[in-house]
Order: sequence, then C-alpha cells, then structure tokens
Amino acid sequence: MASFKTYLIKRIILALVVIYFVITITFILSHVVPSDPAELYVGPKATAEQREKAIKELGLNQPIYIQYLRYFQNLVNGDLGKSLRAHTPVLHDILTYLPATLEIVVLANIVALIVGVAFGSYSALKKDMLADHLIRIVSVGGVSIPSFWFALITQLVFFGILGIFPLDSRLSSDIQLFNPIHTITGFYTIDALITGNIVALVDSVRHIILPAFVLATYPIGLVTRMVRSMMVEVLNENYIRFAKANGFKDNLIYYKYALKNALTPALMALGLSFAYSITGAFLVEVIFSWPGLGTYTVNAILENDYPAILGVTIFGTIFYVFINLFLDILQAYLDPRVRLQ
Amino acid sequence: MNKLTLSKETKITLKLIKRDKLAMLSLLIITFFIIVSIFAPFIVPYPSQGEGLPVPEKRFLPPSFENPFGTDYLGRDVLSRVIFGARISLFVGIFVVCVAIIIGVPLGLIAGYFGGKVDDVLMRITDVFLSFPSLLFAIALVATLGPGLFNAMISLSITWWPWYARLARAQAVTIKEQPYILASQVIGVKGLTIVFRHLLPNALTPIIVQGTMDMSSAILAEAGLSFIGLGAQAPSPEWGLMVSTGRIYLLNYWWFPVFPGLAIFLVALAFNLFGDSLRDVLDPKSRKAGGQM
Repeated sequence: MASFKTYLIKRIILALVVIYFVITITFILSHVVPSDPAELYVGPKATAEQREKAIKELGLNQPIYIQYLRYFQNLVNGDLGKSLRAHTPVLHDILTYLPATLEIVVLANIVALIVGVAFGSYSALKKDMLADHLIRIVSVGGVSIPSFWFALITQLVFFGILGIFPLDSRLSSDIQLFNPIHTITGFYTIDALITGNIVALVDSVRHIILPAFVLATYPIGLVTRMVRSMMVEVLNENYIRFAKANGFKDNLIYYKYALKNALTPALMALGLSFAYSITGAFLVEVIFSWPGLGTYTVNAILENDYPAILGVTIFGTIFYVFINLFLDILQAYLDPRVRLQ
Repeated sequence: MNKLTLSKETKITLKLIKRDKLAMLSLLIITFFIIVSIFAPFIVPYPSQGEGLPVPEKRFLPPSFENPFGTDYLGRDVLSRVIFGARISLFVGIFVVCVAIIIGVPLGLIAGYFGGKVDDVLMRITDVFLSFPSLLFAIALVATLGPGLFNAMISLSITWWPWYARLARAQAVTIKEQPYILASQVIGVKGLTIVFRHLLPNALTPIIVQGTMDMSSAILAEAGLSFIGLGAQAPSPEWGLMVSTGRIYLLNYWWFPVFPGLAIFLVALAFNLFGDSLRDVLDPKSRKAGGQM
C-alpha cells in the first residue's frame, strides 16, 4: 500500500495549499480590495468613534503584512470575527445554524442516491426507448430548474392547493411550545426519535419533506446522468457479454456485475453534489424559512453584515475542501487506478 | 483561420442534430427567446411597464386577455417584464461564458502545448479555483465589490474560467501529438502561431458543448444571486429578482412569482438539453454505442 500512502500525503498537501489560498484570497478581498476596509466591518451607519475602534481592533493601521499575519493567526484560532448585527462570534453563529442545513442536505443526498441509481440504471437498460427519454428529460430538468422557484411551486401545490404539508419552518409553533425537542445532535428528526418524542418526530418529518425534496432535484439529475452513462459503458464491456453468452440471468448481470462497477463514479457525483448542495441549500432555506446557514447568510447580505458573509465563505470553503479530500481518498482506496496516475 | 466550408464531419453532425427531436425543440426555444429579447421593446404589450413604470390602479390583476401573465404588486404587466428580463438573462449568460472562454481557453491551450513550468503553475492555480464552491466565492466577491448586476457578472466569470482552462489544456495535450501539428513544428512555425491557428480551431468542439451547457448554469447562478439580493436591483425586470419580490405574494397572487421563474426554467432547460444532444452527437463513442443494447 505504499502508493496509497504517497497519494494520501500528496492529496492532503494539496488540500492544505487550497485552504491557504482561500484564506489569502479572502484576506485580499477584505483588506486590500476595498478602499475603506473599516467601513465594511462596521457598516455605513457607524460613527467615527466606532470606526476608530474597528481600525484598532482589526489592526488596519498597521503594515499590510502584519495585518495578514494577524488575520491568519485569528483564523487558526477559530476566530472568524464578530457579526455586525448581534456582536456574536461568527463561528459560534455558524455552528448554531449548521445542523439545520446539514439535516436537509444529508437527507436530500440520500434520496438522490437512491432515486438517481434507480433512474440511471433503468435508463441504461432501456437505452433509446421511451423510458430512457423520459428519464433523460427528468434528469436534465433536475439540473435546470431554479431551486428557489421550484420550492415556491411545491409550496403552492402541497400547502396552498392540497394542504398536506406545512408551508415553512422546521417545527410547528405549538409543538415547539408543548413538546420541545431536546437537542442532542441538532438534527430534529433524529433527536425527536432518540428522545421518544413521537409528536415532534411526526411534525419535524412533515416539515422536512418539501425542502429536502426540492434540494434533492439537482443531485438526482446529476447522479442519474452519471450512473446512466457508466452503465451504458459497462454493459458494452466484454465481461458482461461473456456473462450473457453464458446464459446468466439478466437481473444477476445487471445488478450484481454491471451496477457495482457503475457505482464508484456515482459516489463521486454524489460527493460533488453534497458539497454543492451546501450552497444550494442557501436558496431553498430562504423560501422555507429554514433556520440554517443559508437563511443566516441571506440575512447577513440584506443587512450588510460583512464579517458574517466572509466567515460563511471561509467556513463553507474549508468544509467543501475537506469533503473533496475525503472523497478523493475514498476513491483512491476503492479504485487503485486513481492513485497510480 | 480555417475556411468556413462545411467539412464532412460537420455535415454529419448537423444531420444527427436534425434527427434529434428534443434537440430541435430546445433549439427552437432558444431561438424564440433570442428573437423575443432582441425585439422586446417592439413586441411587448406595455414597454414602459416592462422597464418599471408603476400603474397603481392595476395591482395584482390575475392573468387575462390584456395581461396574459397578470400584473405585479405595482400594477405592471408581468408578461412585458418577463420578456424584458429575457434580455438581461441571455446577456448575462453570453457575457459570463464568453469571458470565461476568452480567459480560460488561451491559458489552457498554452499550458497544454508548452507544458513544463507554465503548465504546472497554471494547473495549480486552476486546482485552487476549482476547489472553491463557486457560488460561495461569487457571494464573497459580490459582497466586497457591492451588489449589482455587473459585479455579479464579473464575479461569476472569475469563478468560471478555470473550467475552460482545464478543458482546453486536455484538448491541447491530445492534439499536439497529431501529425499535422508535428509537421508544422518541423517546418518551423512559431509556437504561439501553432497554438492559435492550428490547436484552437481543432479544440473548439468540446468547448462549444461546455459553453452551451454553461449558458444554463450561468443564467441559473445569476438568477440565484439576484434572488438573494446580490445581483440586479429594483426596478430591473431580472427574473431572479422578480421571483424574490413576488414570493411573499405566492399564495394570493401566484402569477407574480411563478411566470418569471418558469422563464428561467425554460431557458436553462433548453440550453442543457441542446448541450446534452450536442455532446451525444459530437462524441463518437456514445454514437457508436447507440444501436447496440
């Protein structure tokens, strides 16, 4: 496994380099590009005193390289600055809002994996037949539909017309009052389940269905297309023809031999879409008043809360880099060809 | 540059595209939106409302013969505004994709052709850019530069070019081994001349496919930025912004947020479907596999 180790080290170094660059770029964005960095941090309505204070606190009167070092030092210590609105540490805010986002993102991607693999493999089996064309339209549609608009449509249909799902938020207000969820993981559905709070469990599931479904449309499209093209390729391989010629049952060939080889790329597509859906969730959360990072960021944008916006960017990027790192390592582990490149 | 006579390959491509009904339909939709946006001021029922003139006495009228898509919270004809919005979205798509291609493709071709240090440096830079979640990066950029359509477009272009650099590099690496390139090297054609006269025209196919699909992604991304308040500002008839202002009226006056979003969906879908078909047709591998299963 020597080559695996070398690959691992190389890949980790690349990830660290990327993070270093991300931090440098955000530093340039926040300290070098703006003509008045202090104003960004205190907002346009601040008094001269507040500005003076910010300049001192942020060290904006010092030479640029010292500012750079300080910026770095703060980040390494987990200090993303303070939010303008609430004066709370941005990192603390992010960690408070993160579980709600992760909950829909994780659920959406599980749904996407199941539906995407099913659609993709079926589509490959029925290549150029009606089912294939329909699935193609659905999957291309999934990556073309603006999520924030699709969210509105689901609200209109499932709340406005059919009345079977709640409009928005994470939990009904009466449940929040009378059957509050005791927070353990921050995932309401799981917490409610562990603590045996059945009323809240049912309510939180009813609330999560629409946002998770909307968020899943993009990954479903992505995974379906990936699995389909891999399956089409694999089904043309000699070993599959050999199995057919030998009279193996079709189902056995498809699901045991072919699908297995088409799954690694599907996993990669899913990894990418997982990272993507973190930002994708931003737009969906706003529509469903889902109290996650997206709602936090959009509020920050509306109120010019610059430290919060920048903090989310840095945090989100590092998160994204680590997911990609994890996936590349996983892929190298599963597929020896990758690490030998 | 090569003469623009249709090669055999191009003719086959056109034939195959014509046979693909879905591709033709999406091409039709794209053409329709382009024509409509060019002639917007002459064909919309209420040009001044399209640009933002309020008509207080006509607020929230449901779709009717006079206002096929209804009216919005300021009494403006939604259809007129959606058509004006097509101009913005198509322009944004073309701008972002073109800037990304103009920056990315030459860099990628040069890196791929010359290799060595230039290549290493460029590829590391694109590695870093591609490791960013592009929407987040665009958000941070626009937040620094200040919200606005132009800044949103610039930010999207900056996050987009590395994809083209990668694509062009991969093309250059394959093509530079071709006999005709080796031949021009032997007769002493200069490196940059080879890159732009011989590599570029032959590397364009996958770039065009990617560009077509990216039109859709760019339009969606920009609508998303406008939706969260970083892109176009009121009273612009930008689609994402219209959905954003209309969303609080969803349950009472659904037409106001629904039609602009439908337009985004249609355009994005058309570009994606067309790009998808284009790729199928241009990629001989998937063509060959066509009749087998």
